[in-house]
Parts: sequence; structure tokens; C-alpha cells
Amino acid sequence: MRKNLNVIAAYSIMMVLILLVGIFQSWNVALSIFNLCLISAVMTMGANIQWGYAGLINFGIMGYTALGGLAAVLISVDPVQEAWKAGGFDILMSLWLIIVMVLVIRFILKRFEKSKIRTYWIAAIIISGVLLIRFSAEPGIEAIEAVDPAKTGFLGGFGLPIIFSWIVGAFFAGGLAFIVGKVALGLRADYLAIATLLISEIVIAIIKHEDWLTRGVKNVIGLKRPAPYEVDLQSTDWFINLVEKFNSGKLDLISNLSDRQATLNQFVIEGSSVFVKLCYSGLFLVVVIILLILTQKALYSPWGRMMRAIRDNEEAANAMGKNVVKQHLLIFILGSAIVGIAGAMLVTQDGLFTPGSYRPMRYTFLIWVMVIVGGSGNNFGAILGGFVVWFLWIEAAPIALFLINFFTAGIPETNALKAHLIESVPYFRFLMMGLGLLLIMRYRPKGILPEKIEIK
Amino acid sequence: MGNMDIINAIVLLLNYIFIPALTYGSQLALGAIFVTLIYGILRFANFATGDMMSFGTMVTILFTWYFQSLGISLGVLPTALLAIPFAIIFMILYMLSIDKFVFKYYRTNKSPPVQLAMVSIGVMFVTQAVVRIIIGPSDRRFFDGEKFIIKAREFKEMTGLNEGLALKSTQVLTIFVTIVLVSLLFWFLNKTKTGKSMKAYSDNEDLALLSGIDPKRIVMITWIIAGILATIGGALYGLDKSFKPFTYFNNMLPIFAAAIVGGIGNPFGAFLGGYVIAFSEIFLTYAYKKFFMYILPESMEPESLVQLLSTDYKFAVSFSILVVVLLYRPSGIFKGKVL
Repeated sequence: MRKNLNVIAAYSIMMVLILLVGIFQSWNVALSIFNLCLISAVMTMGANIQWGYAGLINFGIMGYTALGGLAAVLISVDPVQEAWKAGGFDILMSLWLIIVMVLVIRFILKRFEKSKIRTYWIAAIIISGVLLIRFSAEPGIEAIEAVDPAKTGFLGGFGLPIIFSWIVGAFFAGGLAFIVGKVALGLRADYLAIATLLISEIVIAIIKHEDWLTRGVKNVIGLKRPAPYEVDLQSTDWFINLVEKFNSGKLDLISNLSDRQATLNQFVIEGSSVFVKLCYSGLFLVVVIILLILTQKALYSPWGRMMRAIRDNEEAANAMGKNVVKQHLLIFILGSAIVGIAGAMLVTQDGLFTPGSYRPMRYTFLIWVMVIVGGSGNNFGAILGGFVVWFLWIEAAPIALFLINFFTAGIPETNALKAHLIESVPYFRFLMMGLGLLLIMRYRPKGILPEKIEIK
Repeated sequence: MGNMDIINAIVLLLNYIFIPALTYGSQLALGAIFVTLIYGILRFANFATGDMMSFGTMVTILFTWYFQSLGISLGVLPTALLAIPFAIIFMILYMLSIDKFVFKYYRTNKSPPVQLAMVSIGVMFVTQAVVRIIIGPSDRRFFDGEKFIIKAREFKEMTGLNEGLALKSTQVLTIFVTIVLVSLLFWFLNKTKTGKSMKAYSDNEDLALLSGIDPKRIVMITWIIAGILATIGGALYGLDKSFKPFTYFNNMLPIFAAAIVGGIGNPFGAFLGGYVIAFSEIFLTYAYKKFFMYILPESMEPESLVQLLSTDYKFAVSFSILVVVLLYRPSGIFKGKVL
């Protein structure tokens, strides 16, 4: 108990902070912060098992998040029959061509020994294959994108409940990680960081511009929800009764019947969106707890010990007969798959998929700040990092506003400098993140909750 | 079909591919040399590259505004040219203070390069915040003076060709300044004693220390050169296109690609890498329809745009080149450090 005191203390402080937001700002804000904290926690867990367990830098978190989001779209949206009729055949043909191309390359790789001629052949096959696919798919893509472009203009998905996409998102991200890992894992740390960052940009470029698959920058809105809709709740009897019971104290004070009804309506509207957010919180919490249990078990298993051994001394682990390359690839896939789950969760919660919003600042570097600040190698630390950093990211603006007003209290409102500072309040979040990261790295390099390995 | 058509085709390529690529390549090259110098001598990947360049450009803009308010101008040349030297001084001070308060600690502790790269992400956040708080996130143009050296219409009238060749003064300025700056830099690195000792330090730190090279001085000079490169590179990009902090942050990616393709740690490789990236981006995403209309007989004219990749994939092109280079030649085309 005693040794876990700092964990308990840190989490209690975090919960109190969120409760304070609920009391002083609103429960809606508090819950949306809490939900995104949970999603961030899933992302940091993914990054943490790569960095903390195995020492692999993955700066491609944005790409895996976006793929998870794409999974949410492809699973939940109903198929667009017209589009399939218009260009489905061409797309399937292109898919076949890709498969054939991959098989041919595999065959060449296996059959012939490494030589310059082989490399040129493979390059020639890839280039001509890409050109062939481009020209054969072109009419199909144009036909698909012409189908009611204001509403669809893409193939749609499978029309399944969106919750399945959390698993599919993990597979998508894991699949990408397999390819990236095969290509890039041999590189040294900083090269790996740059390579993964750039590959994730390629992924985003594809998602943004292949409209027939993702609708691109036209966004996909109105995804199905796993939770009830506010509008439905507001007309459901049991929910209205529940809200009435909750707020009976306040309602009893109002004697005028029509006033009472109006207030109740207000409460129902507020309550419905809080209720929906609570539903999401419940779902997300289940994911976080399952992942936490799994990752903790893995960390203290023989496999976890082996990973740490590889991280701390690759050569020694190799000499002991551990297959470093294979284990690196495995953990790269696992971590990325977890990030993919988070990406699907995020799109599920928002109910919309906006490829334009995936930017490395928010989805890669911020997540890394979370991992470093929380404590790499420690799952509780990683989750805490997700909570602390997301909380500050959202609350930075109000805090900065408060500080500016506090320090410039004597200066009149019309002062140009003060007005300028207040106008740029949103950017203080970057300052806070940067300073936070620099201070933590300097004075507590292992994070708020450092890794501790118990030898049992 | 005749000689005219061929000249038209050449002018077309010059106008839409060669000159823009040369300009963009020069801007990338300056950034890539900056990355490579930091990597070679301070031994970490600097993720704050783009934002440091945006900081330098911001200071240039502030000085430009100040000079404009005083009524000082350079006539046909942009006022920013006058502002750049002052901005460089400011930028060097900024770089040196960042080094003193942030990077120095990790260097003296001999932290692994990864940790320094992480620290540079902290610097990136802070610099980005400072830039946005001071000048805001919006798009700013600070170019003044004569915009064109040759206008497309004038060129057509002058030569009687169908195709116009527009030459923007910022393009000529960028290429000219880059050539001068890079020549000076290579002269410094290869011919002066300090430059040679920097190279020695980059090749083998211990050996350099044994032979009496002062590491503090090397580090300081590196930051000074970095400050000059970042300010000029950023300002030239801003003059040619426009200044927007987010674009500068994004430019970090092709700059990294250029540095690695050229062989990280190798300044000359980085210089060429900038052009490799720029030319391949523009070559692969240009629609050649008009070009073929000039050089082919009418019966063979293409129906489609004859574009290898849509312009949306401009960035993706440079990153794919990088991936290929990493796979087949991890030390870069021009043999940098093997990572």
C-alpha cells in the first residue's frame, strides 16, 4: 500500500481537478475533458509499450490514430450502393492488381539472390504497377466521386455497429505498423523517429486525398453512435423522471407550475448531454481498464522481462538467444494497434471523421509529451500523463487568462499590450506544454510516476 | 510544329518546373544545412528546426515593419533585406540562450541523442508559442519593392512566343543569396582553421578534444551559423511565399528529408538534398499535357493531364524518396554519417 501511495495521491489530485471543473465550469465540460483524457490515456499506453517497454520511438502516432478513425467510418457507414455499381468493379480490379504485384515481388525476392538487377526489376515492377493501377482505377474513381458528391461520393462502409471498429481499427493500425516496422525498425533511434513521422504524413495525405474511400477533406459526418441520442432522451419518460428526481430539491423551490416546467426542461436538456457523455465514459473506461490489466500482466510476465532486457542491452539479449528483430516488430505492432483503438474511439465519440484535423502537433507530439511527463515504462504513469497533459491542454487558456489578468490588474483594459496578450490566450497552451516538458525532462527525467521494477 | 514549338516547350518547363524548383530547393537547402550542422556537431535531430526558422522570420518581419514605419526602404528591393542582419543578431542571441538554458545541461551530462531530440520538442513547443503570441498565427506577407523582374506578358511581347516566362524578384533573390551564403559557408568550413576544427569535432569528438580544440567555441560557432542559416532561409521562404507559423512547422518535414537524403552530417549533401527533394516533388506532380502538346504532332496529343501524381501528394513524394533512400542507402546519397 505504502509504495503505491504516490500513484494514489497523483490520481486523486487529478480526479479532484476534474471534479472542480465540473463544479465551477460545468459538468458537460468536465465530462468531455474526462472522456478525452481516457482516449489520450489509451494512446499513451500504446506509445508507452513501444517506448517504455522496448525503447522504440514511434513518431507516427498521428497516422495510426487516423487509420483507427478510418476504420470507424468504414465499419459504421452504410454502403453506398450506387457508388459500388458505378465504380466498384474498377476498384476491386485495382485491388487484385495490387495483390498480384505484391505476390510477384515476393516471388522475385524469394526466388532470386540479392543483386542490382533484382533491385531494378522490383523498382520497375512497382513503378509500372502504380502507373497501371492509376490509369485503370481512374474512371472508377471518377464515377464513384461523381455519385451525389454533396452527400456521399465514396463507397461507404459495411453498415455495422461502430463499436466493432475499435477492434478493426486496431487491426488496421497493426497492419500499417507491420509494414512500417519491416521497413524502418532497423534504423537507429532518431532516424526511426523521423522516418515514422514522415510515413504518418504519407498516410494522412492518402486519407485526405483518396475521396472514393474516405471522402477526404469533405469529411464524414453523422456516424452512428453506440450511445443514445440527446433528442431521443429528452422525450423519454424514464429519463425525464430521473432528472426530476435528481433535481427535486431545486425544483421544489419553484411554486409556479409553468416556471417549474421550463426549469425542468432546461435540466433535461443539460442532463441528456451529460448522460450521453457518461455512456461514453463508461465504454472508454472499460477499454482503459482491460488494456491496463493486459499491459500490466505483460509487463510483469517473462515476456515483459525479456523486452526490458532487450531495451537495456540489445546485444546481451541477442547473445542470450532472444530474437530482437522479431520482438521489436511485435511490440511495434502491438503498441500501434492500441493507438488504432484510440483513434476509432475518438471518431466514435465525435461522430465525425475529419481527415484535415490530423496534425502532428496534436496527435504525435502532444502524445509524446504525455508519455514523457507521465513516466515512461510505467502504465499508471502513462495514463496519468494522458490525464494531466490533456487537462492542462484544455484548461491552459483559462489559466493563462487568469494569470494575465492577475499580473496586469493595474493596467487599464485599453492598453495595447494587455489586449494583445488576452487575444493570444489560446497559444499559451503551447508555452505551457513546452515548459512543462522541459522542466520534467530536466528535473524529473523519469516522469511524474517513474518506472519501478519489482523483483519478486 | 517547328523550332518555335520546341522553344515554347522549353520556356514552359523553365517557367513551371525549373525556376520554381530551384527556388524551393534553395530554401530547403538552407534549412537542411542547418539540420545537418546541428546533427553533425551537437549530435541530435533538432525537431525545433521549422519553428526556429519561423522565429527568425518573425523578427525579420518586426524589423521590416519598424523600418517601414520610419520610411526607410531599399527602393526596388524588399525592405526585409535591410532587416535581416538585425534579425540575425537577435536570432543568434535566442539560439545561444536556448543552448545555455536547455541543451547545455544534456550535452555536459552526455545524454543519449534521443533525449536531446525530445528536449528539442520542448523547445519546439515553446518557440511556437512565442511566435504565435507575438505575431499571431495568421498568414502575413511582408514583401515590398518590385515584384517581377520579367513579367509573363512582357516576355511574350519581347520574344513573340506563346509561352510566357515570369521571373519573380524573390526567386532571383533566393537563388542568388543561397549561392553566396553557401559558398561562404563552404569556404569557412573547408579553408579556415575554425571550420576545419568543426569538421574534426564532427568526425571524432575525442580525437578533436585531444588535439586541443575548444568544444565550447565550436558549439557557439555552430549555433551562430545555425542562426544565420535559419533566419535567412526562413526570411527568403517568407518573402517568396508568405509567412505562416504552421507552414514553417510543416516545412520541417521536407527539410529533414533533404538532410537525410543528402547524408546527414554532410553539409554539401544537405545542400544537394534540398534540390533533389524540390525537383522530384515538382517533376512528379506537374501536369505535362501542355508540354506534350508542343513537342508531339497534333495526332498524338494526349487526352489526359499526363500527371504522374496529383499535386496533393507533393509532400508524400519527398517522404517516399526518403523511405527508399533509407532502405537502400541509409547513409544518404552523398555518404553522411551512418546512423
